[in-house]
Order: sequence, then structure tokens, then C-alpha cells
Amino acid sequence: MTIEVRNLVKTFGSFKALDGVDLKVNDGELLALLGPSGSGKTTLLRIIAGLDWPDSGELLFNGEDALAQGARERHVGFVFQHYALFRHMTVFENVAFGLRVQPRAIRKDEATIRARVKELLDLVQLDWLSGRYPSQLSGGQRQRIALARALAIEPRILLLDEPFGALDAKVRKELRRWLRSLHHEIHVTSIFVTHDQEEALEVANRVVVMDKGRIEQIGSPDDVYESPASAFVHGFIGESIELPVQVEGGIVRLGDRPLALAADGLAPGASRLFVRRHDMLVGPPGSGAFEGAVQHVRNFGPVQRAEVALSGGKTIEIDAPRDKELRAGDTIGLEPRRYRIFAG
Amino acid sequence: MGLTLSWLSVIILIPLAGLFLKSLELSPEQFWNILSSRRTLNALRVSFGLAFAAACVNLVMGSIIVWALVRYRFPGRRLFDAIVDVPFALPTAVAGVALTALFAEKGWLGAPLAALGIKVAFTPVGIFVAMIFIGIPFVVRTVQPVLQDLDPEIEEAAGSLGANRWQTIIRVILPSLAPALLTGLALAFARAVGEYGSVIFIAGNLPNVSEIAPLLIVIRLSEYRYADATAIAVVMLVVSFVVILTVNRLQRWAQSRMPAR
Repeated sequence: MTIEVRNLVKTFGSFKALDGVDLKVNDGELLALLGPSGSGKTTLLRIIAGLDWPDSGELLFNGEDALAQGARERHVGFVFQHYALFRHMTVFENVAFGLRVQPRAIRKDEATIRARVKELLDLVQLDWLSGRYPSQLSGGQRQRIALARALAIEPRILLLDEPFGALDAKVRKELRRWLRSLHHEIHVTSIFVTHDQEEALEVANRVVVMDKGRIEQIGSPDDVYESPASAFVHGFIGESIELPVQVEGGIVRLGDRPLALAADGLAPGASRLFVRRHDMLVGPPGSGAFEGAVQHVRNFGPVQRAEVALSGGKTIEIDAPRDKELRAGDTIGLEPRRYRIFAG
Repeated sequence: MGLTLSWLSVIILIPLAGLFLKSLELSPEQFWNILSSRRTLNALRVSFGLAFAAACVNLVMGSIIVWALVRYRFPGRRLFDAIVDVPFALPTAVAGVALTALFAEKGWLGAPLAALGIKVAFTPVGIFVAMIFIGIPFVVRTVQPVLQDLDPEIEEAAGSLGANRWQTIIRVILPSLAPALLTGLALAFARAVGEYGSVIFIAGNLPNVSEIAPLLIVIRLSEYRYADATAIAVVMLVVSFVVILTVNRLQRWAQSRMPAR
């Protein structure tokens, strides 16, 4: 199933939740909608599910208009952030719900329903919980039951709203890996919403980065990380150093200080320079584009993180390899191995 | 713990025990004769029958009111929300006088109804109306917090799984509200059975027709027939106790199936 979104606009009062969104989702893809809260990603997901309607724009499933259909007719599996399990039903009945409410003409008999539910509970590896009530499950288990329930109706599309948002870090990591392998197994076109870049980059085939109701970039996890299309994407994904610079006559300045950086093709005026923390190479004083004094050094997993006060006032954090000798009070030179300058 | 129990005893248990002791002064045969007299039986039937009918009406109407108050935003919602409590706060005699004036043959509602041949005041229908009036807040106030707590997302979930509106209500919403609905029903019922003030004004109090059990107790007392009064009181006590206990059990059972989160 392919999904196509054309020029979707949705406002809540004076707030523009979606401001002209265009998107194509390929068949069998696992797509992440990534953005900060208020970026419109959940609104987009709810419109695709039929839980909200846009003010204008088009939504096509396999080329056919989907806005004419309600949530019931769209055959879309939706997994809610807070699971929305039916708390008066057992796990088994929760999963069976979608099969039991089918119109009588196509409803399966009891034995088929039982077999199907068992199959789904096996798929999410929670067969042993079928007699329990949702309140007796852990967060991760509830999430998997919610997923099994959504899959019961054999959805054409699977939509997940912040699927791991309410879980602790360790369970989150497990479930991420599990979701990716599950998608590999069932291959249904899936979209999940997240504000966690790590989650998006690790799980999805493609990532859609959103901000303020607009799509900033669509690309593979590598694309959005390695070649961010806008200042927002660079700042939002990965740990970035951001410095306000001036571009004038082919020279980039930080405050009064000209920087030895190429300014080819840059529009003159106020701009922003972005460098990944680990792309700042440390050298002796006088080498490199920047110079600064080391304030603090902390070991941080495989790297050491140093706080450096640049000459020019601004303080930045850089990641250097552990074997590099850095001490508080040192004066060092810094050379960005890779950097991007965006106007504005 | 000790304080709770002593207080409970002083306030509730000792008066009830006194009632039972008083009724023991009767021989079983006397007791039976009092209860099986036509007037007593009719009074009990009127009280319990109408109270149950009124509680059922309140259950349905109360649920609809709760739904509107919780799920919709409309001008004057807070005012309506406050008005629900009026039957709680109004002295029952005032309610009785007001209802009687309203439904009397020349009253605002009584006149058009009389034209249709329906007589409300001074008939069992009047009792029924008064019982609905005083019972409605019990249903609304017990169900309201539970519905507020019920996540609208579960309705969306049911919808996206293919359930239509009706299936969503029957299979998802009502079962989730069932314990609260039962409690509301029981409270409205218990209150209607015991209601005295508002009912006696509108009832007409015709023996065997529109005479409620509490009124019969008062009449017996004024005739110095204390034993008769006590016997009726004991029956009402036992029935009320059984109702409350049953509901309590049902609730416990429902809650064991879905502890609050």
C-alpha cells in the first residue's frame, strides 16, 4: 500500500499544525516522522488514520481518495502512545476485539478467531499473558499487546504514535530492535512518530524531519545525519555546535575575528555555522580556524567532552578521542573537519 | 481504627440495634400479621416499586446528562453542572411544595398534562416524579468522575479497529462505566426508598394507593402503635441492606477484573 499526501493543511484555532505537507510513502516501507513537539507529526499521523480531518489537501491510498472514508473503513492499524487498551477485557479479548466487531457477513467463526489471536500473541511473544488484564502488565507488554490488537484486523497500513514514548530507556531499546525485526517479518507499510532522533535513525528506512507544520527534509537515516538540508535539521539531529557568524565579501567572521573557512557561494549577511562535536579537531594553539581555552574535561564513554571558551566569547562543547591529552587551562586550536553554514 | 469503629457504632450501629431490639418485643405471629396487612404490603410495594422504577429512569437520564457534561463544551455548562446538585441541597419539603405546585391541576405542567388526561399530583405518578427529582444527582455524581477518567482514545481505538458507534458504546464504554453505573443506581434507589419530605406533599397519601412506607411508619407512630412502626422499619432496613450489600459485591467483582490502572 502506498500513501500519498498532497498539500495538507490543518489548523487548530490560530495554530497551524500542518502548513502544506507533501509526502509519498512507498509500499512496505518503515517511515519515521521525526520532530519536536508541536511540529505537526502526530496530527499528520491522525489524519492518515482518519481520526482527524484536514482543512484542505489530499490523502491517497494506492492512488484512491482516502479522505472520503472514516477510520472504520480505512483498515489502518493505529497504536496509541498510551496504548488505549480496553481495561475491562483480558489481553486475549483486547486482541480479538477487531475480529469480533466485524460485520456479520465476513466475521470469522470462534475457532478461527481463537487461532488468529493465538498466532498474534505468539508473534508479539506474549502468549502466556492471554488471560491477564491490561492493568496487570508492564508498559512494554501493554505496548506489544496494543500492537497485536492493531495487527489483528490485517491492516493495510500500520501507524504508531510515539510507540516507545512512555517506556524506560532499556525497554525502549529492546522494543526498537524488536519492532524493526517485526516489520521485516510482516512487511506492512508502517509510519511511526517520534521526537527521539536516535529512535528514528535506528529503526526507520526513511526519516521525515518536521518542524512547525512543515517537512524540513526527507531522506535515509544517513542522508539526514550526514547532509542536513536546513539549519533546523542540523541542529535537531546529532549533537551540533552552533555559532552565529557574519559572511562578508567571501570571508566568514565570528564576532570581529575572520575565520579561515571557505565561504564560496554563501549569501552575505548574518548566518549560522554548524559543526558536529566530534568533527572539531584539536591541535596546537594557532592551528585551525578557532582558538580557545579548555574549561572542563569529562570522560564520556568512548570520548572525552571538553568545554572550550572560544576567543570571541562563546563557549562550546567538543568531543575528542580519549587518547588526546586535554587539560583544563590549556589553550588549543580547533579545526572543523566538516561544517555547514546556513543563512539566517 | 478504634475511633472509627466507635464512631460508626454510635452513629449507625447502636440506633439500628435499638430498632431490632424493639421489634423483638413482637411475637413472630404479630410481626407477620402487621406485615401481611393489606395496607402495609401496599405501602411497601409503592415505596420499593416506584423507587426502583425511578432509579432506572435516573440511570438512563443521568448517564445522558453526564455524557453531555463531560464530553461537550457548551455555554452554561458550569451552571448546569451546579444545578445537578440542587436536589441534594434543597430542603425536601421545599422540593415537595415546588413539585406539587408545578404538577397540580392548575400548575404550569399540571394544566397541560391534565388536558391530556394525565394526572400527576396526588397520584402514584407524583411519587415517581418526586423520586426521580431527588435521585438524579446520585447517578450523575457517581458516574461523572469515572467518565472523566475514561480516555477518549479508547473510543478512537475501537473505531480504528472497525467498531461502529453502537459497538463502541456497548462493548467498550458501558462495561468500563458499569461499576459506577451500578453504584449510582443503588444510591438513587436507596435515597428514593427513604424519601419522605418531598413525596408526602405530592403523593396525596391515599392508603393502599399512594401511601409510601415511611409515611405509614409516621402514621403508626402518631397512633402510638410503636410495634407496627418498628416492624415496617425493620423490613425496610433489611431490604436496603441487602441492596447495598449486593451492589458492593458486584462492584468488588467488577473491580477485581479491572483495578484502577
